[in-house]
Amino acid sequence: MENPENVIEVRNLQIDFHTYAGEVKAIRDVSFDLRKGETLAIVGESGSGKSVTTRSLMGLLAPNAVIKNGSIMFHGEDIIKKSEKEMQHIRGKDIAMIFQDPMTSLDPTMRIGMQIAEPLMKHKGLKKKEAIAQALEMLKLVGITNPEGRINDYPYQFSGGMRQRIVIAIALVCYPEVLIADEPTTALDVTIQAQILDLMKDLQNRIDTSIIFITHDLGVVAGMADRVAVMYAGKIVEYGTVDEIFFNPQHPYTWGLLNSMPTLDTEGGSLTAIPGTPPDLLDPPVGDAFAARSDYAMKIDTEKEPPFFKVSDTHYAATWLLHPDAPKVTPPAEIVRRQKKFAAMEKPEPPIKKETKE
Amino acid sequence: MRKYLLKRIFYLFLTLFIVATATFFLMKLMPGTPLQNEAKLTPSEKASILAQYGLDKPVWLQYLIYIGGIFKGSLGLSFQFSDQAVSYLIGSRMGPSMQLGGQAMVVGVIFGIILGAVGAIRKDTWADRLATVVSILGIAVPSFVLAILLQYYLGLKLGWFPVAGWQGFVYSILPTLALAASPLAETARFIRTDMVDVLSSDYIELAKAKGLSKFGIVYHHALRNSLIPMVTLIGPLAAALMTGSMVVENIFSVPGIGEQFVKSILVNDYPTIMGVTIFYSALLCLLLLLTDIVYGIIDPRIRLSGNGD
Repeated sequence: MENPENVIEVRNLQIDFHTYAGEVKAIRDVSFDLRKGETLAIVGESGSGKSVTTRSLMGLLAPNAVIKNGSIMFHGEDIIKKSEKEMQHIRGKDIAMIFQDPMTSLDPTMRIGMQIAEPLMKHKGLKKKEAIAQALEMLKLVGITNPEGRINDYPYQFSGGMRQRIVIAIALVCYPEVLIADEPTTALDVTIQAQILDLMKDLQNRIDTSIIFITHDLGVVAGMADRVAVMYAGKIVEYGTVDEIFFNPQHPYTWGLLNSMPTLDTEGGSLTAIPGTPPDLLDPPVGDAFAARSDYAMKIDTEKEPPFFKVSDTHYAATWLLHPDAPKVTPPAEIVRRQKKFAAMEKPEPPIKKETKE
Repeated sequence: MRKYLLKRIFYLFLTLFIVATATFFLMKLMPGTPLQNEAKLTPSEKASILAQYGLDKPVWLQYLIYIGGIFKGSLGLSFQFSDQAVSYLIGSRMGPSMQLGGQAMVVGVIFGIILGAVGAIRKDTWADRLATVVSILGIAVPSFVLAILLQYYLGLKLGWFPVAGWQGFVYSILPTLALAASPLAETARFIRTDMVDVLSSDYIELAKAKGLSKFGIVYHHALRNSLIPMVTLIGPLAAALMTGSMVVENIFSVPGIGEQFVKSILVNDYPTIMGVTIFYSALLCLLLLLTDIVYGIIDPRIRLSGNGD
């Protein structure tokens, strides 16, 4: 490990998918760290590679995926080099995962108590009875009312929000060091979303786990994350603390994302969208992949891939706009407004805690 | 649950009644009479024999008399076996048929599940393709062809099993294999499709994320979920076994109901045809009812909804 604070270090990860049409370059040189106890949000639109990245941490890539290059260091060992058997001892114990759709991610024919107990029996070698007893504790922890009466119920007897609580209980029952949450609230309605997010934050403190939070919902990111990595077309294009990403974004793609998120200040009747579609990763574009959709693209963007430019110690963005020779551009009005706010936040000693009033 | 059961049992009897009625009139449409040496009989002899069996009456009256008999609990007397009761005939021949059907069902379903599961788990490998070929053959090759092949190779050439007859378990092996091919193939095909679906579902992904082993995932999660729809296949499989048994029992000279049934049709033994048809229908209806009950037991989602009805 380069940094003892890090739980996971991903370096130069490159993943291809073999398809009938050819090799899809889904992940193109992705590097990031996950620090102890933090929540790292990975945001990006569908197909940007955020799910693939996290599946590779679990060793759960589809059979047609090939890891071309890179390393994923966890406990000083490279996960990529581990066998399926070795991964089985990590999955569910050290690294656990929550899925998107609670309606389909529980086995419909197994009592929920048993489903929560399964990882304990597998990883801690507990007998069924002890495991069920701990599952009961876990049900209490995730806020299922009357857990004694419900532990023998089947998934169909629970609502979506309750099921997601059960999925969270399954993921956390072995107190994993890393929790990967793959759009855990996307399938839930907004009020339930807030409850689930609160629950996750609460449990993160109690269990002391690091969370990788995948989402396309920037509103959720603002409330959950410590740091944010923005992915586009299989690459991370910008990363920084949540304040830096929200109030001082540098990459035109991040501008586009933030600009298309309606806020209370949004005026007029129409929402802004990023024009165009993401590039075809069968044949990724040269240079900055976002150039074709960007109003701020320069000639070099179509010729040479931008390196990461440092904005602050914690904030980096891969855009030629940050190059000293680049012409000064004015971001969209909404972004300028945000950056002004950021400048104001920098001044007073304890920076105002971010976002929710946004 | 009780109300549901009573309703189902009422429907069961209604079905049997309709089957009996339809079979009776269809049977009367068959050419020929039960008389064996019709040409040698004088018209008066013929008339007296027909009168003796009540066959001189109009068809609708024969029907009413027959149905009346059923309500009194009598399936009538067989024409061909000097007035043996049909119920006795079925009873005495039930043993071999049930044994054969049961063995074929068990062998077919168990190996079918294994074959289908292997195909699904090892999807798109040689194992999957082999399983597919086996199940296509099992469906495409009629049981009588398989029966003859088994008789020739395993019975005659290799001499491992007796070619025909019914004198103990060894004699049941070849007919069981011949009969099991079709349920095996159907089951394998069904389980494979179903399990491929199940294996790509979210809860299997979650089971993987729990760190369960491949075997654990298949055994604890995939199999049970694939088996639930499989239960609905039991009824049709049983029906296929019954029809298959008619041919297979004949080829292997098994003294079962199927063999009897075919003979009865050939000689226009009306009461036996009716009796066996009703018996088979009743068996099938009972199996279907049982299937629905079992379905409720293994799929918790159905148990409750069954209650309300």
